Amino acid sequence: MRVRHLVPGRALVIALPMLFLLLFFLAPFFIVGKISVSEMETVTFKPVLTVVDGILTLKLKLANYAFLAADDLYLKTYLSSIQYAAATTALCLLVGYPFAYFMARARPAVQPALVMLVMLPFWTSFLLRVYAWRGLLAEGGWVADIIVGTGLDGLLLQLGLISAPGKLMHTPFSLVIGMSYTYLPFMVLPLYASLAKMDLRLLEAAADLGATPWVAFWRVTVPLSRAGIIAGSMLVFIPCIGEFVIPELLGGPETLMIGRVIWDEFFSNNDWPMASTVAVVMVLLIIVPLAVFSKYQAEAQEAAR
Amino acid sequence: MAQNEAPVHAVPAGEADGAEDGAFLRIDDLVKEFGGYRAVDHVSVDIAKGEIFALLGPSGCGKSTLLRMLAGFEVPTSGRILLDGRDLASAPPYERPINMMFQSYALFPHLSVWENIAFGLKREGRPKAEIADRVEAMLKLVQLGRFAQRKPHQLSGGQQQRVALARSLARQPQLLLLDEPLGALDKKLREQTQIELVNIIEQVGVTCVMVTHDQEEAMTMAQRIAVMREGRFLQVGAPGDLYETPGSRFVADFIGNVNLMDGTLDVDAADHCVIGCGDVRHYVGHGITGTQGMAVTVALRPEKVLIGREPPQDTSHNAVRATVKEKSYFGSFTVYHLSLPSGAMLKASAANVARWRDDEITWGETVWASWSPTAQVVLTQ
Amino acid sequence: MRLGTSATFNRRFGIGWMLAAYAFLYVPIFALVLYSFNDSPLPNVWRGFTLRWYAALVRDAELMSGLWLSLQIAFLTACGSVVLGTLAAFALVKYRRFPGRTLFSGMVSAPLVMPEVVVGLSLLLMLVSVQRALGFPERGLGTIWLGHLLLGMAYATVVIQSRLQAMPPQLEEAAMDLGARPHQVFWLVTLPTIAQGLASAWLLTFTISLDDVVLSAFLSGPGSTTMPLVIFSRARLGLNPSVNAVATVVIAIVAVGVLLASWLIARSEQRRQAELAAAAHA
Repeated sequence: MRVRHLVPGRALVIALPMLFLLLFFLAPFFIVGKISVSEMETVTFKPVLTVVDGILTLKLKLANYAFLAADDLYLKTYLSSIQYAAATTALCLLVGYPFAYFMARARPAVQPALVMLVMLPFWTSFLLRVYAWRGLLAEGGWVADIIVGTGLDGLLLQLGLISAPGKLMHTPFSLVIGMSYTYLPFMVLPLYASLAKMDLRLLEAAADLGATPWVAFWRVTVPLSRAGIIAGSMLVFIPCIGEFVIPELLGGPETLMIGRVIWDEFFSNNDWPMASTVAVVMVLLIIVPLAVFSKYQAEAQEAAR
Repeated sequence: MAQNEAPVHAVPAGEADGAEDGAFLRIDDLVKEFGGYRAVDHVSVDIAKGEIFALLGPSGCGKSTLLRMLAGFEVPTSGRILLDGRDLASAPPYERPINMMFQSYALFPHLSVWENIAFGLKREGRPKAEIADRVEAMLKLVQLGRFAQRKPHQLSGGQQQRVALARSLARQPQLLLLDEPLGALDKKLREQTQIELVNIIEQVGVTCVMVTHDQEEAMTMAQRIAVMREGRFLQVGAPGDLYETPGSRFVADFIGNVNLMDGTLDVDAADHCVIGCGDVRHYVGHGITGTQGMAVTVALRPEKVLIGREPPQDTSHNAVRATVKEKSYFGSFTVYHLSLPSGAMLKASAANVARWRDDEITWGETVWASWSPTAQVVLTQ
Repeated sequence: MRLGTSATFNRRFGIGWMLAAYAFLYVPIFALVLYSFNDSPLPNVWRGFTLRWYAALVRDAELMSGLWLSLQIAFLTACGSVVLGTLAAFALVKYRRFPGRTLFSGMVSAPLVMPEVVVGLSLLLMLVSVQRALGFPERGLGTIWLGHLLLGMAYATVVIQSRLQAMPPQLEEAAMDLGARPHQVFWLVTLPTIAQGLASAWLLTFTISLDDVVLSAFLSGPGSTTMPLVIFSRARLGLNPSVNAVATVVIAIVAVGVLLASWLIARSEQRRQAELAAAAHA
């Protein structure tokens, strides 16, 4: 639609949010980059760009990056963060897809209620719900009792998800459960939106052409819900990589997550340049999925036009 | 007579002079380009005050773009629009004395019927009492007084349309624009609404330009129609003129049903001509401007073709022996698809004037098809 | 396992899966609420019913002041996010081409997925640099608000954008045709039509701000501890029944709010359907 005569205010409408974002979202990233290559001088930073003997000198301290590359622990942490994020995404997809599917196929009258019931936990504090899992997985907690009682903890031990039988807290298991729990609505809702939009007559056509329900599901429904799968996966995967609160409350010494590293470098070690370095590398790590997500968002907007 | 060139300035029938400055709405050489694509291609027409004028054409012909330029939603690439002598130039929609009734009605969902109609009046800054009077008058005009407090979603489609009409007439515009006014209604409602709509517009006396792709709608409602194609006006005229005297193959084919037969001008005389089209020889009762031997097309409407078992008086011209290949029954009339000896098809339609006939013409029968020497239109383009 | 070989199996499997998933979602909440009434400082050992943790809540100065601060910030965040979100949504929906559109679109949606530690860290470092150069701002309510605004704006834009896109453009054209100037079109037609989206965006960003831990941690200053930060530090130390009590209160308020809103929406939808049916027969 050509909004010719709404043009006068146009510059302002775009400029205000654009400036806000440039100033408080984009600019800070450059500052982080700068600090990651700065020398820390007790409480201030030595300037990166100085004039020495009349010559403009660029003094970059790349030692942090070198340290990062050399130190095994950082590398392992990045890797492990991605692994946990991937595991969480997979679990959310596994649990969430059938959930969203059956929600979308339920009676139309019931669907809004079902959606609301999924949203309701999302509206209550996520911090408190994560905290609730501490209670559930601690010794004597309900879920812990069930798992120990059914002997499932033996299986978890074998898989390496816990390190001692009966002790479910502060393990990879508790971390993944906690993250999947928190991020499940982020997976279910885009999937539901995508599946609900699907024209059911396509399944009828597939059946008419000889496809069994199972085949129709994999060849028609799943491909058509691709947009929802991508959106949901990105909404879970990317934030999970940098998660802090859940690893802190439900993770343990062996669950290395990069979010905690940044936090510790900043708050415990007071090493701002190091924290910045770790953050810069993390951003570089997620740039590709971030671009995928951004492109999907833009395309979804265009399609909705 | 054949029309050899598309009219440049179509003058309203009944206007004695050439309408230099007398035209109420003058569209002067209007062009609209989007990127490299020309949606409206040098269109000009004069429209008289109080006239109902239709823009008719297939989708993509530019009629909606032209309408939007009149409304002010598009700015012309070149050309002028003069309303009552005043050049509208690129005045924004809210500064034009023009109002539009949208195809989707575009009623404000959060306002009641009363508020919808009052919306335009409030923008004019009229005193409250005056607005109230005017809204009441509009409600009375479209007979929706009972529904004043309802919201749009509480009304049926036909009622919503009447609100849209009332809203667009409230400000007493100098020009009323209708965008596919009957598109959203079902057939039965459409017929009734057509008449009602025209009555209201004539009662108010406002000049009206409407856009439609439905030729029946245009012919029933408009006093003059412009047939558009690919951004240009092909022909402008009263419905009867367009139907019985089309100026081109496209217009002949677009409006109603027609038989188009290509042939050559065999005899070219002052008061008659003969055109040979395969196994049909046309005797046309008037002369045309042309040269002997030139290629022409003869347009013949199916209802002008009479079919019967007995041969007509003169079987050498305007008659042919044909076999009934298909019969399409429409209730009030039947269309016969006749197969000529050469294999060409000829359509003939006949009204079913009697309820039952023992001598019904059936499939496979061989009959005589004939028509009068004034039934054809000779086309050169 | 053959999925959906028969309709009844499909339906039973579906219901079963959904019940299990809902149980997964709600059991932690239920456990939280239950143990807030537990008369024992030891978790998971039920000793009796008590309300003393709730009584202690009111006397808990740290928590109460945190709550007050969080409410203020949440309110400001919600208001600011709706304003910025409306502007951004407008820019993205109405103006198809403008310089920097891809960058703008990317920046608006990035906070949705960007890990909060990165956003918090970068914003803080920038604010510190600014403070060194200009002398202000001091870290506190204002800086926390800024961080929450970034996040809230992203969410608000998504919600408002979908509402805006669903609005037929003819409505605005009709308004202009009837004599409304551009700003009048916005206030009289556009805004009322997207009103529901604005309300949803407000509630959503309010909730997100109220619940935020990481951004608040990075951007807060001495004396500006938000409620989630208080809860977080307590939760880190171990299980604490006072946290259960807070949780139950929050859950109760949210549950009532959401259920009320849903009921109202369902009722107005019912009424609307009845009116439509009545009109069709009129």
